[in-house]
Amino acid sequence: MSTVSVSNLSKIFNEGKANQVGALVDVSLSIEKGEFVSLIGPSGCGKSTLLRLIANLLEPTSGDIVVAGKSAKQSRLDQDYGMAFQQAGLFDWRTVTKNIELPLELKGWDKTKREARSREMLDLVKLPEFADHFPWQLSGGMQQRVAIARALAAHPPLLLMDEPFGALDEMTREHMQAELLSICAATGTTVVFVTHSIPEAVYLSNRVVVMSPRPGRITKIVDVNLDGHCNETTRERPEFFAAITAVREALRASGSHGHTGVGVEDR
Amino acid sequence: MNPLVRRVVRRSALFVVALVFIAALWEFYKVVGPEDGGALFGINILPRSNSRAMPHVWDMLSRYGRPELRSSERKIWRVVLAGAWFSLRLSLVGFAIGTTVGIALAILMARFKVVERGLLPYLVVSQTVPLIALAPLVVSWGGKLEVFGYEWPRWLSASVLGAFLAFFPVAVGTLRGLSSANPASLELMDSYAASWTQTLFRLRFPAAVPFMVPALKLAASSSVIGVVVAEISTGLRGGIGRLIIEYAREATGDPAKVFTAVFGAALLGLAMAGLVAAFDLCAMRNRPKEAL
Ligand SMILES: Nc1ncnc2c1ncn2[C@@H]1O[C@H](COP(=O)(O)OP(=O)(O)O)[C@@H](O)[C@H]1O
Ligand SMILES: [Mg+2]
Repeated sequence: MSTVSVSNLSKIFNEGKANQVGALVDVSLSIEKGEFVSLIGPSGCGKSTLLRLIANLLEPTSGDIVVAGKSAKQSRLDQDYGMAFQQAGLFDWRTVTKNIELPLELKGWDKTKREARSREMLDLVKLPEFADHFPWQLSGGMQQRVAIARALAAHPPLLLMDEPFGALDEMTREHMQAELLSICAATGTTVVFVTHSIPEAVYLSNRVVVMSPRPGRITKIVDVNLDGHCNETTRERPEFFAAITAVREALRASGSHGHTGVGVEDR
Repeated sequence: MNPLVRRVVRRSALFVVALVFIAALWEFYKVVGPEDGGALFGINILPRSNSRAMPHVWDMLSRYGRPELRSSERKIWRVVLAGAWFSLRLSLVGFAIGTTVGIALAILMARFKVVERGLLPYLVVSQTVPLIALAPLVVSWGGKLEVFGYEWPRWLSASVLGAFLAFFPVAVGTLRGLSSANPASLELMDSYAASWTQTLFRLRFPAAVPFMVPALKLAASSSVIGVVVAEISTGLRGGIGRLIIEYAREATGDPAKVFTAVFGAALLGLAMAGLVAAFDLCAMRNRPKEAL
C-alpha cells in the first residue's frame, strides 16, 4: 500500500471570482513507503499547493487524497506526517528542546517521554550540546536542523518538506542533504520534498516529479537510480549528471516558453 | 557585569541625570523668566516665575521635612507617602481589573471576528467619554451595589475609573499581538491539529508579549490618572488626589506644599511603571536581543 496516493486532484483558488487561479489540474501520483520523491518545477506551478493538499492544510477542489491509508484530514488529526518549511519557523520563546517537544506536547505525551525523545532527536541532528539554547542563538543551518528534528519528533511515517534548504548557503545545503538522507535511511521515513534545484532533487530522490505551470500539472516523472545515496562522490558520478540532464530536458519539454522553466536553478 | 544589572544601572543613572536637568531648567527659568508672566503674540503663555507660582527646588524639597500643618506633628513626607501608598493600592486594583478585562476582550475579539467588528468601535468611543463626567456616575451606581453580599466600598469606584482608562490600551495592544503570530507558525499549529486554545497559549500569547508590554505601560499610567482624577472629582479621602486639591488651596501661603503632593503622584506613576518594567524584563528575558 502506498503512503501517499493522489488521484485526479485539482485545486482552483478563488473559484468563480475575478482572481480565479487554476493552481493544479488533474494531478495523480502515488508514493510508496520509504520512498523519497521530489517535486520540481518553476515557481507558481503548484508545488507548495500540492504539498499543502497532502497535508490537509488546503481542501482540494476535486479529486482524492489518501495518506497512510486514511483521508488526508484523518491523517492530519492523527499527526501521521511532520512538516518543514523554507523558514525554520521555530518559536523564539522556546528553547531548542522545547521547540522539538512542541508536537509531542500537543499529542499529550508526558514529560519524561518527551524529554527522552527530544534528546534522541537532538542526537540525530547532531546538536545535543544546544538543547537549552534559544533559536536566535543558532545559525540558519542549525535552526533548520532543529526544525527537521521537530518534524520527525513524533516519528511520523511521512515527512513533507517545502524548500527546506532554500535559505541555506551551498556548503551547509549539501551537508544538510547528506544528513537528511542518512536520517531517512535510519528511520525509513517517506519524504515528499519540494525544491527548485535540479541537483538537489536528483541527489536526494528516488523519483523526481517534474511539474509545469498554468495550470499546474505533472509533465514527467524521472526515475533516479543512484545506488548508495549517502556517498561523498555521488555528485561526481556520470549517473548523477545523466539524471540531471534527464530532469532538465523534462523541464524544458514542459515549458511552453522555449527555455528552461523560469525559476529553476541549475546549480 | 551582568548585562541586566548594567541595563538597570544605566537606566537609573539616566533618570537621575534627567531629574537634575529638569531642576536646572526650572531654576534657569526662574532667573530669566518674567516675574509676572508674559504674553507672546498677545496670548499669555509665559508662566510667572515668581516664588509663589514657581517655588525654588530646594524649598520644595525642604518642605518635605516640615509638618503638614502648623498644629500637627506629622512631617509632610509621611503624609504624602501614605497618600501615595493609598492611591497606589487603588491603582493596582484598577490596573488588575483593566488588564483582565482588556485581555479577555482581546481574546474574544481575536476568536470571533464578529465581536471585533461589533465591539471595537464602541471601545474607541468609550475612551472619548470625559472621566470627570463619568466619576460621579460610577460613584452613585456603586453606592447602590452590593458585591457578594458586601457593600460596594467607595474606593472601588476610583479603581473602576482607573480600570476604565487602563483596559483600552490593553485590549487594543493584545488584540494586535494575538493577530501578529506569523502565518507559517499558525499553519504549523494547524498541521499538528492543535485546538484553538492550544494555539492561543502556545503561539498567539507568546507572540503577543512584545505588543503587550507597551500597552501595559500605557495602562499602568492610565490607571494612576484614572484613580487620581476620581479621587479629586469624587472627594475620596486618603489618597494623593485629595492631597493635591487640599494643598493647592493653600498655594498662596505655602506654594511649595502642593508640589510635594504632585511629586508624590509622580512617584506613584513611577512605581507602577517599575512594575511593568519588571514584567517586561521577565517576559522578554529569552527573546532575541536586537531591541536593546
Ligand atoms: N492561498 C492562495 N490563494 C490564491 N492563490 C494562490 C494561493 N496559494 C497559491 N496560489 C496560486 O497558486 C499557484 C501555485 O502556487 P504555489 O503552489 O505556491 O507554487 P510553487 O510552490 O510551485 O511556487 C500560484 O499561481 C499562486 O499564485
Ligand atoms: Mg512554493
